[in-house]
Amino acid sequence: MSAYNQDKAEQSGVFPGGARPRPMGGGNPMGMMGVAQKPKNFKKTMRQLAGYLKPFRVSLAIVVVFTIASTIFAIASPKILGRMTNQVVNDFVNRTAYDQLIKQLPAGTKLPAGTTGADLLKRMPASVTSKIPGSALNTINKLDLTSRPTFDYAKLMEIAIELLVLYGLSAIFSYIQAWVMTNVTQKVTYRFRKDISTKIGRMPLRYFDRTTHGEVLSRITNDVDTVSQTLNQSLTQIITSVTMIIGILAMMLSISWQMTLVAIITLPLSFGLIGFVVKRSQQYFKKQQDTLGHINGHIEEMYGGHNVMKVFNGKDRSIATFGKHNTELYGSAWKSQFYSGLLFPIINFVGNLGYVGITVLGGYLAIHGRINIGDIQAFIQYVNQFNQPIIQTANIANVLQSTAASAERVFEFLGEAEETPDPASTKTLARVQGAVEFDHVQFGYNPEKVIINDFTAHVDAGQRIAIVGPTGAGKTTMVNLLMRFYEVNKGAIKVDGVDIRTMARADVRKLFGMVLQDTWLFNGTIRENLAYGKPDATEAEIVEAAKAAHVDHFVHSLPHGYDMVLDEEANNISQGEKQLLTIARAMLIKTPMLILDEATSSVDTRTEVLIQQAMDRLMAGKTSFVIAHRLSTIRNADLILVMRDGNIVEQGKHEQLLEQKGFYASLYNSQFTEAITA
Amino acid sequence: MKNILRYFKPYIWQFLALLVMVYLMVAATLALPDYMATIINKGIVANDMAIVWHSGRIMILLALGAAGASVFVGWFASRIAAGFSRDIRAATFAKVESFSLHEFNTFSTASLITRSTNDVQQIQMVMTMLLRMALMAPFMGVWAIIKAYQNAPSMTWIMGAAVAALIVIVSVLFKIAIPKFKILQKLVDKLNLVSREILTGLRVIRAFNREPVEEQKFDNANVELTKLNLFTNRLLVIMQPIMMLIMNITTLAIVWYGAHEIDMGSLQIGQMLAFMQYAMQAIFAFLLITIVFIMVPRASVSVDSIGEVLGTDATIKDPEKPVDVSNMHGGKVEFDDVFFSYAEADEPVLHDISFTALPGQTTAFVGSTGSGKSTLINLIPRFYDVAKGSVRVDGVDVRDMRMEDLYAKIGFVPQKGVLFSGTVASNLKYGAPNASDDDVVHAAEIAQAKDFVEQLDGKFDAEIAQGGTNVSGGQKQRLSIARAIIRKPEVFIFDDSFSALDFTTDAKLRQALVAATKGKTVLIVAQRISTIMNADKIIVLDEGRIVGQGTHNELMTTCDVYREIASSQLSDAELRSHPGHAPATLATEGAI
Repeated sequence: MSAYNQDKAEQSGVFPGGARPRPMGGGNPMGMMGVAQKPKNFKKTMRQLAGYLKPFRVSLAIVVVFTIASTIFAIASPKILGRMTNQVVNDFVNRTAYDQLIKQLPAGTKLPAGTTGADLLKRMPASVTSKIPGSALNTINKLDLTSRPTFDYAKLMEIAIELLVLYGLSAIFSYIQAWVMTNVTQKVTYRFRKDISTKIGRMPLRYFDRTTHGEVLSRITNDVDTVSQTLNQSLTQIITSVTMIIGILAMMLSISWQMTLVAIITLPLSFGLIGFVVKRSQQYFKKQQDTLGHINGHIEEMYGGHNVMKVFNGKDRSIATFGKHNTELYGSAWKSQFYSGLLFPIINFVGNLGYVGITVLGGYLAIHGRINIGDIQAFIQYVNQFNQPIIQTANIANVLQSTAASAERVFEFLGEAEETPDPASTKTLARVQGAVEFDHVQFGYNPEKVIINDFTAHVDAGQRIAIVGPTGAGKTTMVNLLMRFYEVNKGAIKVDGVDIRTMARADVRKLFGMVLQDTWLFNGTIRENLAYGKPDATEAEIVEAAKAAHVDHFVHSLPHGYDMVLDEEANNISQGEKQLLTIARAMLIKTPMLILDEATSSVDTRTEVLIQQAMDRLMAGKTSFVIAHRLSTIRNADLILVMRDGNIVEQGKHEQLLEQKGFYASLYNSQFTEAITA
Repeated sequence: MKNILRYFKPYIWQFLALLVMVYLMVAATLALPDYMATIINKGIVANDMAIVWHSGRIMILLALGAAGASVFVGWFASRIAAGFSRDIRAATFAKVESFSLHEFNTFSTASLITRSTNDVQQIQMVMTMLLRMALMAPFMGVWAIIKAYQNAPSMTWIMGAAVAALIVIVSVLFKIAIPKFKILQKLVDKLNLVSREILTGLRVIRAFNREPVEEQKFDNANVELTKLNLFTNRLLVIMQPIMMLIMNITTLAIVWYGAHEIDMGSLQIGQMLAFMQYAMQAIFAFLLITIVFIMVPRASVSVDSIGEVLGTDATIKDPEKPVDVSNMHGGKVEFDDVFFSYAEADEPVLHDISFTALPGQTTAFVGSTGSGKSTLINLIPRFYDVAKGSVRVDGVDVRDMRMEDLYAKIGFVPQKGVLFSGTVASNLKYGAPNASDDDVVHAAEIAQAKDFVEQLDGKFDAEIAQGGTNVSGGQKQRLSIARAIIRKPEVFIFDDSFSALDFTTDAKLRQALVAATKGKTVLIVAQRISTIMNADKIIVLDEGRIVGQGTHNELMTTCDVYREIASSQLSDAELRSHPGHAPATLATEGAI
């Protein structure tokens, strides 16, 4: 298989693997509605993730402590605020009682110091006292009647300050927690990306030839992003939710067990309803996702093949198909939205039920003097806070799952096999002649499927070797083996008698200049691209190479000349010109040997002539391996290697091979068939 | 915007119903604290349990009412948003399908796809959110403020202060953060670019021993992104604690100032507690409004993108009074003084092109890249319209007939084999839905596709994946040739359609085509001289002009450009060995 097919497949996709960042932090408030991705091995991945987080254990400990502290402060405050209200209510009730009692007395009555309400009531007729309800009696009995009760602002201020401190501390702690957690997640993200990038450098090309770039890219971007975001979310949420549930429960119980019971009774109700809604909506979400896939597929296909659709009169059919998908999408879209939208009213309704129940029960209890109004107020605040952590906890399993699913993909990548490192002591060639020997080479892309069997050939220094064969015959295999992108299974490739496997990979690659059809240039200036193999090249060297490769002239015609930045959409540079640039790039490094891939039909004929001239100049005096398409190259080659189905089936010179009347001869002769235009 | 709003019209009644429901929902929700105040003031303080029960019952009814109304809100919101986006999606798709290549070039295919998919989705999402959540905010905010005012007019300033504080903080944060988000996006793109570069250039990078440099480049992008991410995140996480702090202080302030009001006898306790609830609701409404401010700009970009598409009219349309061509046959193609230029270019791509392609003959076009040969051939099926002159098929200007009638005459084979998802048979029958199975097999045979199709799982019923990714480039070309043959057209157009075939298949196919195209007009664009050497007429193009017309032998003596192209591809011996025998290259396509 051609190594580059996957590139082509990928380029044909419209959306590159790039992920958009989500700076606002997870856009979907109904996160639990989506269908979570499931990891293959949750436990193992979590262990690995824990290992990754180990360097941050101090930070994480701080996060835990501060989260708990901030949550506790947040939980404590409603009750204290309740105390403040109670104080107000108490003062108010006392004064009301005082005013009412004093009204009963004749005007100007002086009460002795220390007279309490109880003393006064004793003097009242039974007809009056029997009308006073029990709870009010308690208030009156304790009342000091010597002066009109005032509001105790000092006490109120004391509580208010206490609250302010609590609120402040809670906010500060929660910010410290968030700050530290941000540091951790960003650093973990950085580490993940860096590890992936160094991993890429250590992996054999084999991996990338069978994996699409989009797949690797999506690990660098999407998966890493998901891990860091959900890590942040899930870790903080687990701690907060658990602390809050326990804390709030404790506080509620401390106010009134009966009211707590009412609050808790509503929970199974909301769980049941939520479960029902989630199940329904997930079903429609999945359907919506599928239909959306169909519709997007149809759009991509029809827009991509617009000409064909038009000229074969397919427009009406295309619109009809689209309409069918679109109606289907409408159905699943509104249903999924509707069902997921039910969550909000349900939570609200159950919340409101609890609220009503608590107000009524609270009212009953308060009338019977068992709790105070401030307690009802605090309790209502607690109930309002109670729903949130419970919904979050229900969602945490989902969040953890998608964290694990993404982390698993990253770890899988990091766990892939690496290239065998260079041997400890490597051989170097002092003066390279450029003689190459293939010594009983055996090779296959899969160990089970050997494609090159026992290939032996000798190439003298300075010879030109043409590699020919039909499309898909595996002509790049030779490039892969010579450059050690892949290693031979058996036998050896020797340069000047030295097995290239005993050399460092970098040293082997320094022997060859390489010009492939895949004209890879990076995002940088033309100058930087030309000097790619020799970053310290002088201006003179660069211009010399450019002139030899016929690029000097056209570079001068570009805006900014050598300083023009080549980017992905460099439309003003044609494919042929790009090829010339890669030739100049190879020219600059002056290697003793060359690997070339001749131009194809995608280059126009005039540029092709230029490329040919440049390549001839580049090859002069060097051992060159050429993947050849041109007859002149093939005929003039010192050695032709004929490839078929991955194997080298014949070798020799042009005339020799013709005489053999084998595959090469039939390849050559089959061109002489009558053409359509005859 | 206007282009889009039009599509909202059918939903106006549902929208009004939605507004009523939102109103009911808010009214019911906001009535609850009032009854709580009653329970406290008249029930608890006055020791009257009957009032507690009575109010409790009303509260439950209100809660039920609010829940019911919000279910309806959800119902209408989802149906309006989904229906509205369905209509826009359909309109956009139909619009794009009517576009000519000119509009495709202006927008680019990728952008049209994004507009029809992501942008519509974005609108649907934001619209659901707006209708369901955000619409409630102004109702709730205003009402909560009114209610709060009724309960404790002297304390309304606390709510104002709280909201003002939130506005200040949120706007300061956004002011700092939003420009950073734009940079953030650039840095993410940069990281993606570097990653993609490393992956696509792996072989070159290793060949030039530049792995450490590329790794460094990646690390730089990574560090930059991490730094900015740290900054923005540290900034944003301040939101929640501050919001909590403001809400807490607001409650505290209500109790503190409430105490004074109660002391002076101008406020009752229950009203203070109700006020607290209203204040929270007002703040919540305000937060919803901020969300609207975040979401609407995002959606408005999508609205604009789609509006642009809907507002663009196809430049190539059916004529108002089409010529009836049902009795005209033959397939003669004439170009008469044709000029053509792309919309943005100053220079015409084609100058003064005149020729006639006759039925029963093969007319070929050669020239270097950019000489205009594909453009020329695209004028026949009206992918573009001429700027001057005319293109005639069967003597009628292509602009004077209905496109459907024109297309019925043409068998078009594009440069890249384009297949649609479905089966092999459904693809072959794409241009002739009523073709018989025999026709399908026969066409496949001519196109040299029968052998490989029969090896597929399911043969002619074998699945073709989207974009035809499960068949090779050469197979795609053969299937698209078969697809054109099945239509039995009068005019065959081959736009460089043999490039992905290996030479034996290419030769066999061309031989088989001779019979299938007998008596038809055949137009071929080719890069390689060997493909067209034997054509009845070869038209040589250079920089958009015809520089030679004739047979191979004629052109070799009369046309310099042709000679130059030919000699760069063929050896002297091959050039002389004509007619009939000319190997150009060993492999037609140079894939590795």
